[in-house]
Amino acid sequence: MVVPSLKLQDLIEEIRGAKTQAQEREVIQKECAHIRASFRDGDPVHRHRQLAKLLYVHMLGYPAHFGQMECLKLIASSRFTDKRVGYLGAMLLLDERHDAHLLITNSIKNDLSQGIQPVQGLALCTLSTMGSAEMCRDLAPEVEKLLLQPSPYVRKKAILTAVHMIRKVPELSSVFLPPCAQLLHERHHGILLGTITLITELCERSPAALRHFRKVVPQLVHILRTLVTMGYSTEHSISGVSDPFLQVQILRLLRILGRNHEESSETMNDLLAQVATNTDTSRNAGNAVLFETVLTIMDIRSAAGLRVLAVNILGRFLLNSDRNIRYVALTSLLRLVQSDHSAVQRHRPTVVECLRETDASLSRRALELSLALVNSSNVRAMMQELQAFLESCPPDLRADCASGILLAAERFAPTKRWHIDTILHVLTTAGTHVRDDAVANLTQLIGGAQELHAYSVRRLYNALAEDISQQPLVQVAAWCIGEYGDLLLAGNCEEIEPLQVDEEEVLALLEKVLQSHMSLPATRGYALTALMKLSTRLCGDNNRIRQVVSIYGSCLDVELQQRAVEYDTLFRKYDHMRAAILEKMPLVERDGPQADEEAKESKEAAQLSEAAPVPTEPQASQLLDLLDLLDGASGDVQHPPPLDPSPGGALIHLLDLPCVPPPPAPIPDLKVFEREGVQLNLSFIRPPENPALLLITVTATNFSEGDVTHFICQAAVPKSLQLQLQAPSGNTVPARGGLPITQLFRILNPNKAPLRLKLRLTYDHFHQSVQEIFEVNNLPVESWQ
Amino acid sequence: MIKAILIFNNHGKPRLSKFYQPYSEDTQQQIIRETFHLVSKRDENVCNFLEGGLLIGGSDNKLIYRHYATLYFVFCVDSSESELGILDLIQVFVETLDKCFENVCELDLIFHVDKVHNILAEMVMGGMVLETNMNEIVTQIDAQNKLEKSETFIFQSPRQDR
Repeated sequence: MVVPSLKLQDLIEEIRGAKTQAQEREVIQKECAHIRASFRDGDPVHRHRQLAKLLYVHMLGYPAHFGQMECLKLIASSRFTDKRVGYLGAMLLLDERHDAHLLITNSIKNDLSQGIQPVQGLALCTLSTMGSAEMCRDLAPEVEKLLLQPSPYVRKKAILTAVHMIRKVPELSSVFLPPCAQLLHERHHGILLGTITLITELCERSPAALRHFRKVVPQLVHILRTLVTMGYSTEHSISGVSDPFLQVQILRLLRILGRNHEESSETMNDLLAQVATNTDTSRNAGNAVLFETVLTIMDIRSAAGLRVLAVNILGRFLLNSDRNIRYVALTSLLRLVQSDHSAVQRHRPTVVECLRETDASLSRRALELSLALVNSSNVRAMMQELQAFLESCPPDLRADCASGILLAAERFAPTKRWHIDTILHVLTTAGTHVRDDAVANLTQLIGGAQELHAYSVRRLYNALAEDISQQPLVQVAAWCIGEYGDLLLAGNCEEIEPLQVDEEEVLALLEKVLQSHMSLPATRGYALTALMKLSTRLCGDNNRIRQVVSIYGSCLDVELQQRAVEYDTLFRKYDHMRAAILEKMPLVERDGPQADEEAKESKEAAQLSEAAPVPTEPQASQLLDLLDLLDGASGDVQHPPPLDPSPGGALIHLLDLPCVPPPPAPIPDLKVFEREGVQLNLSFIRPPENPALLLITVTATNFSEGDVTHFICQAAVPKSLQLQLQAPSGNTVPARGGLPITQLFRILNPNKAPLRLKLRLTYDHFHQSVQEIFEVNNLPVESWQ
Repeated sequence: MIKAILIFNNHGKPRLSKFYQPYSEDTQQQIIRETFHLVSKRDENVCNFLEGGLLIGGSDNKLIYRHYATLYFVFCVDSSESELGILDLIQVFVETLDKCFENVCELDLIFHVDKVHNILAEMVMGGMVLETNMNEIVTQIDAQNKLEKSETFIFQSPRQDR
């Protein structure tokens, strides 16, 4: 039983009848099963219809790869109907990523050389859409032949196919360059359009071709002049302009040929002036031509008067009520801003007006152009406009606007105070959209402007008091309050109104930042460090600060916890050093992150060696020795370099290991026994990583005339200690200072009980057995404490 | 160069999609969805140009679109094309469709999408503008349709062929 296959229209009807996505899927899957069966059966009559249906469902997004081979079969068929669908299928389903695409090369070759015109057209169309490099190489000769065929229909298609081939295989330029000159003499607009496109492609790829084609400039000028002065002709005109597409292409080519070339520019000058003044701008087509003319005038070596005319045309377009025109005007001005800056500057007010557009495309263009127009003389006015824009602009433009403002401020800031104000404003308005280094830049800027410390800290305090959600602002404000808290409380600052700030208020604000769920961990770090610094800047007692610091000692965030513990230790054990450690930071040079960290480290080391006088001598030298160890390591990499919290950072890392005291002074050796030239020495080591462990090395030396043999040493310690004897190095000590015997005792003293040691020695000396038992007196305290 | 030509309706259902650069099927569908998303957000009286989405190539590309009743016609082009020129091209395309279908409406495009492809192929080839003279295009299309019709006489089947 032959199931009649659906016509394409019927399938579409069914699909549209489906009420849900699932229903649609069902219908399509059923039909695809039919189609697959039909392909398997190899039905030639309905194949084209099946493929057409398959292409339809492919457009809707369903898989259609099993139709690829059918495209080949249809292309190879002799019927035009089959070929039409087959070639369409090839364009939609096959591309150079599938190996199968090469299989149609032969069919295309046949169709190109022997097919009727419509078939040739199909083949060329497909080749220009999905032809890969191999295919193009194979078929170049066929296409070349078609370039000079009598039929304009085929020729125009062959020309554009040639353009595609050159894009895929640039070496083919040499094949397609020679026919161009002749093609330019054709009258058919389609051929001319294609030829101009071809020449443009050739010139863009090769300077030699560019030079070669300069000689056709007069001819191009002639063609364009004919088009422009031609009376109204229905053939190719759009809104009364004769073939604006061709005009635009010619103008584009003239631009490329006239660039940096006096002679060519000279030839086109008059014509460009004519087009610029005579084109009817009431309709879109005329405007398209006019824009292209303006861009060409600006790009070639045109007369000064002509350039002025061109920029004025653009300025007029900026005021046009049609938004499309304004968009293109802004785009064109952006292209010109580098080369003709002063000319574009004249239109700055209009450009700034465009910032207020509701259309996102237009305001984006206006923003780019405005940022490009900022210079040192207009920076204040422009910044005002841009900042107003920042407050109201659509969210996807915020980031660009913010970074644009910051960049421009950096380049053109008239005064430091203005710069700080600007950055502050950006941070309050669009804080979440600024780049990461904005915080670093601002703190560095403030740090460097000593005269503005009081002003900055006040403004930042006010801003922080209003809103603690914008993280970059909070970070900078916290840092500033920490550094310059004393200035904040001092009372007077000429630049803004006097503000009475209470110590308690400042602390409360920082605590609020610390506790807020909006604060990032990094921000919390800043706040904590700022609180710590305030402990030296403020006059009141530090109980509140100490409380906060100790609370955060058990914070879940490891970074905060570490800091809090360190600061707490600073309060408890090293209070005498606190003031020195928390001094104001020196200004950091801004060469880059690496230089910053080294500069900071060396400055910290210098500061600490100055601050050292208070601790005891051995302690200080040990601390400084350890500082040397740390100098090599890089600083805190999570934070921007100048903002590494407190200059005491290096010292704090030393105090990081609370269980381990600084390595103790070496315990002096002890001579415990001497008899007739035989001596016994004890030396003590307390390894720092294990405080309960004591290592005693017993050394037996012999300065007598007789050897010591069968030497055995035994030891006993109180019950609370554990003793382990290791094997001695030997039993004999040769006479007259021969090689001594050493033996290691390991004593574990976890309870730090007082050490008592009894020794029993047995040996032979001078042909006598010696046995000695004695308790070691004068054991140094350090051996067990 | 024209990178893609898309026609979809006010709900984002594709009516025609032609890509002039190789993209995988998934990418193609994604591009259609993303383009619809961007274009449908636009107001009525704003300009017809949109900076392109991320998928179809980034900063050099833009979307130029026109909204006719229930259909969006979107051309995705790079910076070598004249924006205003493309607007005119869309207009010529629609007028040609009108000529070929006699007062074209969305249903025509739905049920004869292959014919729309054929018409488009006479105007834009390989991403470049081929022919903008409406008469020439219509003449060619008519000749090709006649050729197809003549072939149906070879198969005298009781059922109507396409």
